[in-house]
Amino acid sequence: MNGIAIQTTNLSRDFLKLRALDNLTIEVPVGQIFGLLGPNGAGKTTTIRLLLGLLSPSQGKAVVLGYDTHNAADQIRHRSGSLLEHHGLYERMSAEDNLEFYARAWHIPAEQKRRRIQELLQSLNLWERRKEIIVEWSRGMRQKLAVARTLLHRPRLVFLDEPTAGLDPVAAAALRYDLATLAETEGVTIFLTTHNLIEAQKLCHQVAVIRQGRLLALGSPDTLCNYRRLQRIIVSGRGFDETLLTDLRQQPGIATAQIRNSHLEIDLTTETSTAPLISWLVQCGVVVEEVYKEKASLEDVFMALMKEEV
Amino acid sequence: MITDIYTIIWKELRELLYLRGRMRGGRISLLVLVGILGIFMPLQSGKEWFTTALPVLFYGLLPFTLVSSVIADSFAGERERHTLETLLASRLADTAILYGKIIAAQIFGWGLTMLCAVLGVVAINLVYGRGELLFFPLMVAFGIMASSLLVSGFVSGLGVIISLRSTTVRQAQQTFSIAFFALFIPLFALPLLPQEWHKGATAVLEKLDFVSLGIAVAAILLVVDIGLLVAARLRFRRDRLILD
Repeated sequence: MNGIAIQTTNLSRDFLKLRALDNLTIEVPVGQIFGLLGPNGAGKTTTIRLLLGLLSPSQGKAVVLGYDTHNAADQIRHRSGSLLEHHGLYERMSAEDNLEFYARAWHIPAEQKRRRIQELLQSLNLWERRKEIIVEWSRGMRQKLAVARTLLHRPRLVFLDEPTAGLDPVAAAALRYDLATLAETEGVTIFLTTHNLIEAQKLCHQVAVIRQGRLLALGSPDTLCNYRRLQRIIVSGRGFDETLLTDLRQQPGIATAQIRNSHLEIDLTTETSTAPLISWLVQCGVVVEEVYKEKASLEDVFMALMKEEV
Repeated sequence: MITDIYTIIWKELRELLYLRGRMRGGRISLLVLVGILGIFMPLQSGKEWFTTALPVLFYGLLPFTLVSSVIADSFAGERERHTLETLLASRLADTAILYGKIIAAQIFGWGLTMLCAVLGVVAINLVYGRGELLFFPLMVAFGIMASSLLVSGFVSGLGVIISLRSTTVRQAQQTFSIAFFALFIPLFALPLLPQEWHKGATAVLEKLDFVSLGIAVAAILLVVDIGLLVAARLRFRRDRLILD
């Protein structure tokens, strides 16, 4: 395995004439949390299906936990856990029976199984309701139970498709903490897809942005934010109006400019010097009271990437 | 492998018992079914239940209804309720998932049929026995067991192939009904045959040894059952199941 949990080389998948994934080449080291970001239909779910060996690649290859997805997919599934697009729980069964079924599937010994189920359900505040049929549970509770099922057999690699979708902020934060701990203390590799860019920035060691199956950017969230050389200037003061915004947007090095909460937000696309810009604003009649620089967030980078592609 | 098949059977039967979301509801439905088919109907015939060929036909066809009611749900239901992909992403082998579901449907269909047959024997003995043990002739008892097992094998084999290909349970049930209707079309066409053919067929039937005929039909059903299992195994491919 050589310290690499997932390695794809020109991984591609076609559905008839549609190329859902196009030459994806990535490496995910063991113990890292890797985030795959992209809009709907970008190829995120297809990627997870290919890595689990549920689909065969049209071209290229993927090696997961040292096993080729083409001929050793069962070994990969044996050593990994997955929470896919749908939670995949049996709604006509109780919470406990859902976990019991997958514990049996992974051959967890009886005593260990009992302790593990209790441990997981207690940590997710579901222990008291374990006997209930889950059909009437909220989406958030089901999602928590699905997370418990995914971690039940202590997999070395976890695939999570939108893991915090439907969770309340407290539960989502708790799950993020648990995932980070899992990766840090037990060396579990986590491959997740998310639309929540703040979550990706907080949680992931490495992120990849894909669109229409193609890799647009890859690196740590910090690297990506710096790599795009995006910076935001926030100007507080008076005299901001639409005419000023129109003129401002025509200045070199300005990506976007907008007024938000009485502040002027300016995104710079190149290493534009701030001082001449402020002088220009003053010349235009703006009363500047405060100026500060804000580092671009992953969300800014993501949006910029999406715009570039369009 | 055996453990994994057992795991799937455990899950399938658990889901069946949780019918309509409540364990109690599922159990009551089963009790009503067993009460009618296992006790009420044999009691209607009385002692004659053991002297005619009707039980072979009755218990032979009972799994037809019981198995078909659950096998359509096997894969189409998982697909419809979005549980199939998670199941396929588990470590369970293809054969364990497939045969586990088939065997679970057979346990339900054949098991309930056998339970009904035993209850029928007990009920008739309690009501009409008067000290003597009333039972089927051994050949009939064997016929009941074999025919119901082979029919449940046939229905589960065909049903699982249909369910593998269906998007919803409803679609699976409709296809299943059409398939069985097609099987019985020759029976509906019988009255339309010329009168001489009827006379010829009757003459042939009168000369037939029914034991030999039964064995021949059982052998054919056994071959068909095995063929359906092989076909289902060939049809079971994870990528196709996900993309279908």
